[in-house]
Amino acid sequence: MTTPQNAKVQTADHEKVANAAGGDFATFQGAQVSLADRLHQFFHQYPVAAPTIVLLAAIALFSSIIGGRFLDPFNLSLILQQVTIIGVLGIAQTLIILTAGIDLSVGAVMVLTSVIMGRMAVEVGLPSGLALCIGLIAGGVTGWINGLLVTRFRLPPFIVTLGTWNIFFALNLWYSQSETIRSQEIEAAAPLLHWTGTAIDIFGARLTYGSLLMLGLFVVIWYALKWTAWGKHVYATGDDPDSAKLAGIRTERVLMSVYVVAGVLCAIAAWVLIGRIGSVSPQAGMMANLDSITAVVIGGTSLFGGRGSIFGTLMGALVVGVFRNGLALAGVDVLWQEFTVGALIIVAVGVDQWIRKV
Amino acid sequence: MTTDKKIVFQARGLVKRYGHVTAIDHTDFDLYAGEVLAIIGDNGAGKSSLIKALSGALVPDEGEITLDGKPIHFKSPMDARALGIETVYQNLAVSPSLDIADNMFLGRERRVPGILGSVFRMLDKKGMHDEAKAKLAELGLLTIQNINQAVETLSGGQRQGVAVARAAAFARHVVIMDEPTAALGVKESRRVLNLINDVRAKGLPVILISHNMPHVFEVADRIHIHRLGKRIAIVKPDTHTMSEAVAIMTGALNPEDHPAGAYAA
Ligand SMILES: Nc1ncnc2c1ncn2[C@@H]1O[C@H](COP(=O)(O)OP(=O)(O)OP(=O)(O)O)[C@@H](O)[C@H]1O
Ligand SMILES: [Mg+2]
Repeated sequence: MTTPQNAKVQTADHEKVANAAGGDFATFQGAQVSLADRLHQFFHQYPVAAPTIVLLAAIALFSSIIGGRFLDPFNLSLILQQVTIIGVLGIAQTLIILTAGIDLSVGAVMVLTSVIMGRMAVEVGLPSGLALCIGLIAGGVTGWINGLLVTRFRLPPFIVTLGTWNIFFALNLWYSQSETIRSQEIEAAAPLLHWTGTAIDIFGARLTYGSLLMLGLFVVIWYALKWTAWGKHVYATGDDPDSAKLAGIRTERVLMSVYVVAGVLCAIAAWVLIGRIGSVSPQAGMMANLDSITAVVIGGTSLFGGRGSIFGTLMGALVVGVFRNGLALAGVDVLWQEFTVGALIIVAVGVDQWIRKV
Repeated sequence: MTTDKKIVFQARGLVKRYGHVTAIDHTDFDLYAGEVLAIIGDNGAGKSSLIKALSGALVPDEGEITLDGKPIHFKSPMDARALGIETVYQNLAVSPSLDIADNMFLGRERRVPGILGSVFRMLDKKGMHDEAKAKLAELGLLTIQNINQAVETLSGGQRQGVAVARAAAFARHVVIMDEPTAALGVKESRRVLNLINDVRAKGLPVILISHNMPHVFEVADRIHIHRLGKRIAIVKPDTHTMSEAVAIMTGALNPEDHPAGAYAA
């Protein structure tokens, strides 16, 4: 039988050899790295880089094909206006996808809350500020419902939001009685709801307050994700919820907060929507769901959670906007615009798979 | 046995069931002040489940746990951490996409002083990075080129180093390590063993789960042998041989038949 003392001697022996070999343990310097490796590392570390490059390439492409008409400040600001709604919804969608979820209800929540804002102001006659607040709270409540179903009842987000998408949309049709509130009525009763559509003209560009609001929201959420503990917890929860829990994070609370914030963001998107189309229509924004997911995916955020950046989504939304606008100006049929966006999604997901590999 | 020493951490009659599987089966547990207690047992014996119950990662179905004589009921790992109990879990519990410093401070982030911190909740990134670096260097566990490196870009052993460093750096009461050297090389394991000795020298007790008998027999003051969900024996490195410990662990030897010291070298 081996005695303990004996064992110690043996242990020490083979360790001496290892120690004699010298050198520091776990040095983090790679040896020779190829260009592909370095590129891979770069894209891995900066998820916003890939969509930014695509955006710049797209702008270069269309300005060389179409020229001045595309690069005209008015046209560029028009693209920004066109992506504003998707941009705001995209922020909400990014937060959810970072937690390895998906939110199919964003479009329905936006329409529902726009109807609530419109009716509260026009039909009920509440002050427009109050109507807006009620809409924002309603958005938060829808997010809370989604969050509750995901955290408390442990249902997959895809199924939960597929269900609530239909439910919120039905509520929207019921509450609005399928009637549109006309722009003039809103203008008369609640001009505040049109504020997001108000534009300022500078250097030939037409910037709406809605677009500026969207950019502001991107900055705020970027800050929250990058510079607060909450942001770290969102990433950790999406990355590996079990590990996050063991590391002392209340993942349930994090998820809940993300869904509520996303709901409120959808209501802000509703405000932007009213400003953009002027009226309140229960049929508006039907495609918004999928467009928001498209922006997130092209923006380089991984559908598996825990990886991605909020500004990537802005780039993703702009890429889609630039392609749609550029192809339209070039006289390309709408169906080829859709074709192109579809191809972009697949390429983006392919690139994500490559980048995610370590 | 170490009867003159104070019991820090104690459990009586712990039970945890997962459906039909009883992971912890009415087990007892004792940890004395300032000792290194090794827990050994076959795969699936329930060692990880036991330390999860002790660290708040799971809530036992039955039984009592006391810390310094006071009953405790951990609901989450946060509760255990608040009392200075730090754990290296078998799966490491690191977030791959976050960097090394983020991981070390996960769930205990520091904010910058002043209004930026209190109102805008701004993280003191620089402070945390510097401290993470200092702690890693102090422990001699890692030579860090870039503390901003995502943990997923580290090797398995390096990740384990981060998890061990995190626990050792923040523990104030008890350190629990579930197979901390499983992925480590020879030299790296040696550093962890030295670290365990350092922690003990600071007066903190350590719970070490390991399948590596030479390591266990080298650093442990006492060895808790776990079998089929419960503690079946406690032996000491100077009263039992490795072979005996293994024989008890696998059921080849009944500890009742062989009182402590019978096989002492
Ligand atoms: N979350 C769980 N769900 C169901 N069964 C579980 C769970 N966790 C552990 N078990 C079961 O409990 C038993 C004890 O598992 P545990 O992980 O505690 O063993 P262990 O002693 O740590 O093993 P190893 O040496 O392999 O790490 C096993 O039979 C395992 O299958
Ligand atoms: Mg285990």
